[in-house]
Amino acid sequence: MLVHSRGTRWALWTLFLVLFIPLFALPLLVVLAASFATHWSSVLPSDLTTAHYSAATRGEALQALTTSLVTAAAASLIALAAGTWAALSAASLPKRVRRVLDALFVLPVAVPSVVVGLAILVAFSQPPILLNGTRWIVIAAHAVLVTAFAYQSVSAAIVRLDPAYEQAAASLGARPSYVLWRVKLPLLLPSLTAAAGLCFALSMGELSATMMLYPPDWTPLPVLIYAATDRGSLFAGSALAVVLMTATLLVLLAVSRIRTKASYR
Amino acid sequence: MGIRFDGVCVAYGGNTVLDSLDLTVETGEVMALLGPSGSGKTTALRAVAGFVRPTAGRVFLGDRDVTDLPPHRRGIGMVVQQYALFPHLRVEDNVAFGLKARKTPKAEIRERVTEALEMTGMAAYARRHPRELSGGQQQRVAIARALAIRPDVLLLDEPLSALDARLRSDMLAELSRLHRELPDVSILYVTHDQVEALTLADRIAVMDRARLQACGTPRELYRAPANAFTASFVGNANLLPVTVGTDGVAFADTELKVATAEAAPGATATLCVRPHLVGLGEGPNRLTGTVSEIQWRGATHRLYVEVDGHRVMADVPELRTPPAHGDEVTLHFAPEDAVLLTAGIAHD
Repeated sequence: MLVHSRGTRWALWTLFLVLFIPLFALPLLVVLAASFATHWSSVLPSDLTTAHYSAATRGEALQALTTSLVTAAAASLIALAAGTWAALSAASLPKRVRRVLDALFVLPVAVPSVVVGLAILVAFSQPPILLNGTRWIVIAAHAVLVTAFAYQSVSAAIVRLDPAYEQAAASLGARPSYVLWRVKLPLLLPSLTAAAGLCFALSMGELSATMMLYPPDWTPLPVLIYAATDRGSLFAGSALAVVLMTATLLVLLAVSRIRTKASYR
Repeated sequence: MGIRFDGVCVAYGGNTVLDSLDLTVETGEVMALLGPSGSGKTTALRAVAGFVRPTAGRVFLGDRDVTDLPPHRRGIGMVVQQYALFPHLRVEDNVAFGLKARKTPKAEIRERVTEALEMTGMAAYARRHPRELSGGQQQRVAIARALAIRPDVLLLDEPLSALDARLRSDMLAELSRLHRELPDVSILYVTHDQVEALTLADRIAVMDRARLQACGTPRELYRAPANAFTASFVGNANLLPVTVGTDGVAFADTELKVATAEAAPGATATLCVRPHLVGLGEGPNRLTGTVSEIQWRGATHRLYVEVDGHRVMADVPELRTPPAHGDEVTLHFAPEDAVLLTAGIAHD
């Protein structure tokens, strides 16, 4: 938005800072400050140290970070594949059926994720599909939870896709599968990477369903943070949280680089 | 390979957009589908391409009934108004797209891409992306892409309407040249612009309200239009309501000498006279009225004259002393320059 008057611009900046600082910046800054602290009894923390970080980047914590990254990557890939496939199929369905499908995909987000976790626990705790006690049950739960977002953003992009491209390709003799791989998916790539980033970030922060499902050898980082704060190690937990945020941000930045390369207009 | 429409109907939810079209495009012929928007011309083209399914009738390409074939198995080149170049592919890959989809050998692809780009004068832009090209250049690439697959039939859907006037006339000349170089390709050219149709087409099919109104060579349609709609849509026309007499017609109180052919005396009909065939001053078939408007158009003056409550247009060579608004003038036209239309009434 273009604002020409100097007074208005100042007012907008002030409003932005008034809303942004307490809502977004302050909590994150507190976590950041706490991660370096050993005591925090006055306004500012005291006895600054980097010991929490040394602990947060080795051993159990490092393994939890890897676990989180692998889980998030796997879950977002599964979600992206399933969500894109579903969105592409939904686009050719009659409107009424499509609306039902839209609603079904939102359902896992609408119910508390604890319920999703419980449902998956019940479903996969006995044969034929016995996943309980393996990493796959965590990945499956994350995939179910984030597919809704992949489906939503990809189907929004498909609606905006000009059918002229598909028709031009078909008139040139391209079979539908060729059109999908060479025209539609490349044109959807910016939305696909955006969806992948969103899914990844959501999976990195997922806690409630994970709590019900994780096996001892597959502990994602949020569980570790929760455990640390739960036993009162707030500063160690803060350091873990900063590591989690940094890792997520780095991945999102990498994904957005692909996105700028893939946007054509 | 020709195109044949055999009673093709298209309807969307009870709304008929194409009403039993019968039309044949011969091999190597340029057929223009001319009509206002909503006349069904684009629907007819899309029925050939395979993007709309006829509710009745068949579409033939040569002897092959293609009505039930999906678009990608029809082997048709198509160019649309908004070009639809693939934005993620370079010009050369856009042109090669159809060949790659058909699994043409690589060496041949390279050869044909070069050939198609040279034919449209775009060889120097092969490595560019579509967004780096102007509208006219993009249109040339779209044509090259359609020609690279060596189609027997080329469908052009308002290919020039997104271009400015100057570029449009250049591209029109380009298209005629391309057609001379590819004499066996049948072209179906959808347009609402009569100049494009008159310039390019071997025959014109005039469409209105989902129906074919007339079909013939540009000269036939211009000289002897079959009905009032065709007369007004192909070139400008004065359309006068007249009553048929024994050796001429009566327009209000004025007797006009024109060939009445087989028209029955006493019937009402429409008399069509082209504005450039109407002269100023005394002569045969006089019409007297007052000037309601006068426009200077460089080489000509266009006069609008009210004659018995009807507006008559006359295009006359530039006048030294043009009449002023409200002057009484006399117009005339030669009997052989008027066409009596007994079928069809002017729409508006």
